[in-house]
Amino acid sequence: MSYQLKPWHEIPIGSIVPEAGSSKINHTGSWRMLRPVLNYDKCTHCLICWIFCPDDSIPVSPQERFETDFEYCKGCGICAVECPYDALEMVPEMEIKLKELEEELG
Amino acid sequence: MAKKRPIALLSELASHKETFGGDMPLAPGHRMCIGCGIPPIVNEVILAINEPVIISNATGCLEVTTGVYPVTAWNVPWIHVNFQSAATVMAGVEAAYKVLKKKGVIPEDKKIHFVAFGGDGGTYDIGFQALSATAERGHNVLYVCYNNEGYQNTGYQKSSATPIGAYTKTTPVGKAKVGKQEPRKDLTMIMAAHGIPYVAQASPHIFRDLTRKTKKAISMDGFKFINVLEPCTLSWRFSPEDTMRLAKLAVETRYWPVYEVIDGKYWKVNIKPKKPKPIEEYIAAQPRWKHVLKYPEILEKIQKEIDEKWNLLLHLEEMSKKLAEEEGVDYEELFKVPED
Repeated sequence: MSYQLKPWHEIPIGSIVPEAGSSKINHTGSWRMLRPVLNYDKCTHCLICWIFCPDDSIPVSPQERFETDFEYCKGCGICAVECPYDALEMVPEMEIKLKELEEELG
Repeated sequence: MAKKRPIALLSELASHKETFGGDMPLAPGHRMCIGCGIPPIVNEVILAINEPVIISNATGCLEVTTGVYPVTAWNVPWIHVNFQSAATVMAGVEAAYKVLKKKGVIPEDKKIHFVAFGGDGGTYDIGFQALSATAERGHNVLYVCYNNEGYQNTGYQKSSATPIGAYTKTTPVGKAKVGKQEPRKDLTMIMAAHGIPYVAQASPHIFRDLTRKTKKAISMDGFKFINVLEPCTLSWRFSPEDTMRLAKLAVETRYWPVYEVIDGKYWKVNIKPKKPKPIEEYIAAQPRWKHVLKYPEILEKIQKEIDEKWNLLLHLEEMSKKLAEEEGVDYEELFKVPED
């Protein structure tokens, strides 16, 4: 996450931010303690998790739910609680990181 | 692999998302707390409107977290104004739109919707006179209040939406006094008394209801008001994954009745829990309010307030059915969303 602050004479009048949705440079995924792990066999792509996601980190098409965007997922767990099919499980981020590290080291 | 069964309404909303370049109206990367209930409310409201919108936003949680200079989380035109002016600034924008249309700058057939967002501090207390004045002048604006029952942005001070007995920074719990002394103000009823075309109370977990109410509201001309309960994980002090569970519990215990009012005289209660859950269950889920379980006299007051309000709403509904019959108006037809 980094952005260059502009000198005063380049700032648009009225503190206008001309670029929409520019907050995407803040990768809030680093806040996460628990990671929602999706079980694709149980997921019916009903999209309920998507509408309740506070961080827009569940990419969807009108027909399908894709893998969670871990760049932005803060790991609140609303998706896991609200999923009517129990397709999501919250796993501590540390466990996943340790597993990844173990695999890497063999 | 399970079969793909997207819910029809959500599928429709997801297709609206394409207008914002594939993101939600509120893009990721904002600094809202983990498990905040505000983004689902904002997204549900804006996705339900399939036409261009302009948003104004009173100071509050939503504003301080999404508009951190030099970036913005909004994918729609958004104005941040000071605490009290969300409604009046939107009224000004709407007036400018009318003038520009008259002058031919904006094409005649271009429809723009005006939505103002405010927290309960900016709506119930500080912004109330501006809100009331905008309602009185009848500007074509939809005002959505996300009600988290206190000034959560500054660390949870009491607002007039805070329920009786609840702990806040300004109403501590001790030997002399137990939390807030006064019952909460019912702003939805006050707004209904303005006689504006549409007033509603909603809960974010019933997305069907909130999106339908938004569609109904924007189909009407004049000032519209929707009050949405927003459980605050930080100040109500529950675990972040329970946000929607608490919103659901509030409706199931009748603490937050979900209803709508047309022209200030036709009332309809949308959800009637057949077996209401005891209010203790809702209170026990929130550590900010849990201590009142030890004080039966406060608990009694809370239950009495809920029962009286519920009863009143049912009576108002019954009466408005009779009134519609007398006036020769189709009661059910009044609450239908017109197809476009």
